[in-house]
Amino acid sequence: MLETHMLSIAIWLPIVGGVVVAATGGDANAARARGLALLFALLTFAATIPLYLKFNAATHAMQFVEDYAWVDAFRIRYRLGIDGISLLLILLTSFSTVLVVISAWRVIERRVAQYFAAFLFMEGVMIGVFCALDAILFYVFWEAMLVPMFLIIGLWGGSNRVYATIKFFLYTFVGSVLMLVALIYLYFQAGSFDILAFQAQPLGLHAQTLIFLAFLAAFAVKVPMWPVHTWLPDAHVEAPTGGSVILAAIMLKMGGYGFLRFSLPITPDASHELAGVMVALSLVAVVYIGLVALVQEDMKKLIAYSSIAHMGFVTLGFFIFNVQGLEGGIMQMISHGFVSGALFLCVGVLYDRLHSRNIKDYGGVAAPMPMFAAFMMFFALANSGLPGTSGFVGEFLVILGAFQVSVWYALAAGTTLVFGAAYTLWMYKRVIFGAIKNPDVAALVDIDAREWLFLAALALAVLLMGLWPKPFLDVIHTSVEHLLTQANASKL
Amino acid sequence: MSEMPNILPALPEIAVAVMACVILIVDLYVSPRSRNVSYVLAQLTLVLAAALTIFGASTSGVFFSGMFIADPLSVLLKLAIYLLTLFVFAYSREYLAQRDLLRGEYFVLALFGVVGMMVMVSASHFLTLYLGLELLSLSLYAMVAFQRDSATATEAAMKYFVLGAMASGMLLYGMSMLYGVTGSLELAVVGQRVAAIGANDVVLIFGLVFVVVGVAFKVGLVPFHMWIPDVYHGAPTAVTLYIGTIPEIASFALVIRLLVGGLEGLSASWSDMLIVLAVLSIGLGNVIAIAQTNIKRMLAYSAISHMGFFLLGILNASPAGYSSALFYILTYTVMSLGAFGIVIALSRQGFEAERLDDFKGLNQRSPWYAFLMLLLMISLAGVPPTVGFYAKLLVIQSLVGTGLVWLAVLAVIFTVVGAYYYLRIVKLMYFDEPEETAAIGGGKDIRFLISINALLLLGIMPWIGNVIDWCDAAIRSLH
Repeated sequence: MLETHMLSIAIWLPIVGGVVVAATGGDANAARARGLALLFALLTFAATIPLYLKFNAATHAMQFVEDYAWVDAFRIRYRLGIDGISLLLILLTSFSTVLVVISAWRVIERRVAQYFAAFLFMEGVMIGVFCALDAILFYVFWEAMLVPMFLIIGLWGGSNRVYATIKFFLYTFVGSVLMLVALIYLYFQAGSFDILAFQAQPLGLHAQTLIFLAFLAAFAVKVPMWPVHTWLPDAHVEAPTGGSVILAAIMLKMGGYGFLRFSLPITPDASHELAGVMVALSLVAVVYIGLVALVQEDMKKLIAYSSIAHMGFVTLGFFIFNVQGLEGGIMQMISHGFVSGALFLCVGVLYDRLHSRNIKDYGGVAAPMPMFAAFMMFFALANSGLPGTSGFVGEFLVILGAFQVSVWYALAAGTTLVFGAAYTLWMYKRVIFGAIKNPDVAALVDIDAREWLFLAALALAVLLMGLWPKPFLDVIHTSVEHLLTQANASKL
Repeated sequence: MSEMPNILPALPEIAVAVMACVILIVDLYVSPRSRNVSYVLAQLTLVLAAALTIFGASTSGVFFSGMFIADPLSVLLKLAIYLLTLFVFAYSREYLAQRDLLRGEYFVLALFGVVGMMVMVSASHFLTLYLGLELLSLSLYAMVAFQRDSATATEAAMKYFVLGAMASGMLLYGMSMLYGVTGSLELAVVGQRVAAIGANDVVLIFGLVFVVVGVAFKVGLVPFHMWIPDVYHGAPTAVTLYIGTIPEIASFALVIRLLVGGLEGLSASWSDMLIVLAVLSIGLGNVIAIAQTNIKRMLAYSAISHMGFFLLGILNASPAGYSSALFYILTYTVMSLGAFGIVIALSRQGFEAERLDDFKGLNQRSPWYAFLMLLLMISLAGVPPTVGFYAKLLVIQSLVGTGLVWLAVLAVIFTVVGAYYYLRIVKLMYFDEPEETAAIGGGKDIRFLISINALLLLGIMPWIGNVIDWCDAAIRSLH
């Protein structure tokens, strides 16, 4: 049971945990809700580690496969399995959830049980997205995540939260329903909802193009790519810290994952055909959104725009069709999960103290909070892609891959090293250095043990990935090579 | 004529009709304090009918000189009708008692309506179909006007009656033309003659148009939907609950028996008409629902859009489509039952929870009801992992399977429009502060039943596969 159902356990353990936590009821039992939430988050993290240990990196085949009949009449099956790409994203999910639970420990005081229950439920369905090998199962997990996120932003978010959360929901919903029609069309071509059968199914160019566009509607909104990115700054700014972390660290990755699992292998010819458009959109995100980030006055908004720019790098890596680009894109996704999560947590630390996210309300934070300033310095440098941090690995590989295709791609992408450093470090300078701006800043207290714990855990991850990326690259290498052969083989 | 016909196939109908008369008489003699007797008798009637239906499920065929058909489809639909009515009675009892409406008439009229629907479900003849429809309609007119002192209810009943009578006229006129061309009232024979005559006969098409208009009136499709919002809004919630759920099953029976059972030879013609009706209903229903401030009106427009969606399954004229439409109707009635059930549970003596604002801050007043309503709303919106999603999935699947991809895209886009107003309820319940703090009504039994009702919608459950299989089997038995 434990051996053969490892993926099911990773999916359902947090969902059951969410129900248990929700059952603790009102805020009188908040302490119990927190304890149970942490317990289930840790258990889930522990349940995903064996996946890494037992993973066979030598094969590109799906591993830990589970396959059961579900709705026989329409050949919908409960089919799970992972390759190297999904493995890393699953680990990122379970790791981030633990940090989110810890980060919300003291900050969330109203409707504590519902808050943690929503996050645990979301963890389960996000892991489900990365495990699903049946298109309908995938879609169910993909959409099931919307409702808890809708509630998280709307219930615990900032002042304009209702507008932001409805925008978030409708944007993502409109993209996904078009994908649903494409999935059903593929079902009639392939005779089942098996994603691997979709990948093997020959398709004409016209059909491929339409399917590619339908997938694009879903994934581009999630990533988000320019010009459908406008929901993200709103959602990020209004979401509570934990919500921002999950949004940035995992939810955006689901879009990237979608490109890898669906667009490239199912519609390879259309992907090549439209690669120019995709690269152009990605470069617009990298350059233009990088400039937009420069002028932001709200720290969260700045990091949100920085996320869009970094995700532009990811999609650029995917659509240049070489190993460096793909591996770089995937590494960038993982790294961005750590770094942007960490930066949102840093902003959260400041916000908990002064209840402001405006850069101009801060200045000279380094004096009262030296420890915090050191951590934030580290993450700011990682965000600008300093060698030795995880941010460097992905950007370096993608630029390397881009060079093989066109020098101009590489040059345009390379500007991110300048802009990224500019907007991140300039923000850092205005917030942390300089004279102490006002008495509130002077009265700040440095981070406590709890905050130290989650920042240190992320710093360790960023450093590990930056200095020794081999364990990460080894796991994905075979899967990426297989994906590349699929993406380069014509289906016509 | 000397021989007594075998009445066994119609035993459930007879039993319910007899019991309705018995309740009417018993109710005269019980004191107002012990009105629960009528309630219990009505519930027992439904259980009895269910037992008889299950007992007789093995007999199938056409009886009473081609008037009455017993097949797996009729068994499935009848059982659904009993179950829904059971829930409707249980939800309504307290509401009716608080408003001094707990009288035998409610149950008697509702049971006569049930008989009408049972006859429709088993109809294989224009006459029986019309008879059942009129029995149902007359019961509904009276039920809407049931709260005598309410001006809105009376107005709604008037509108319903006038428009309903006109629709019946249209339907009859169409039927008479079809009779004129085919020379038969029996649906199976009409089907054969239509196939022989061909689909290009002018009178036949005229007859079809009138029949479709009549059906569209009864089902409530745009542009024949005007009565729906007024009736849903004006009737007492207990009656809205009834109208908003069970007759939808009868609507399905009406469509499937008439258009598929009798006039499938004309499917190329009616499917074009239904495309127009369906697209208009989904579009207009979803858009106008956004502007509503009364939840009963909002759910009325939502019902219009859902009827349009169900029609998408019918209009592609394939067995997969009919089966998806059947599954859609069954799940929709469960969702609608739950949604009106919550409206009933939240209302109390002298207070109707019908304004959208009455849902403000429900999460703070009762997290459980808020959660159930959340489930119902996202299921109506068609968001996974609820059953509303699977219903939409099957319909869209049948559309794509018959090559109507553009219609599928249109349908999913309007689904997103629809998601907005369902989400607004979620927003009111979770993000806003409550306007009042009075305790939530609803006894333990209602709470329990609504919980079952709403949790049924969690689509992870394996039962979905079973229900889809039943729907498939029932539709297969038609051909």
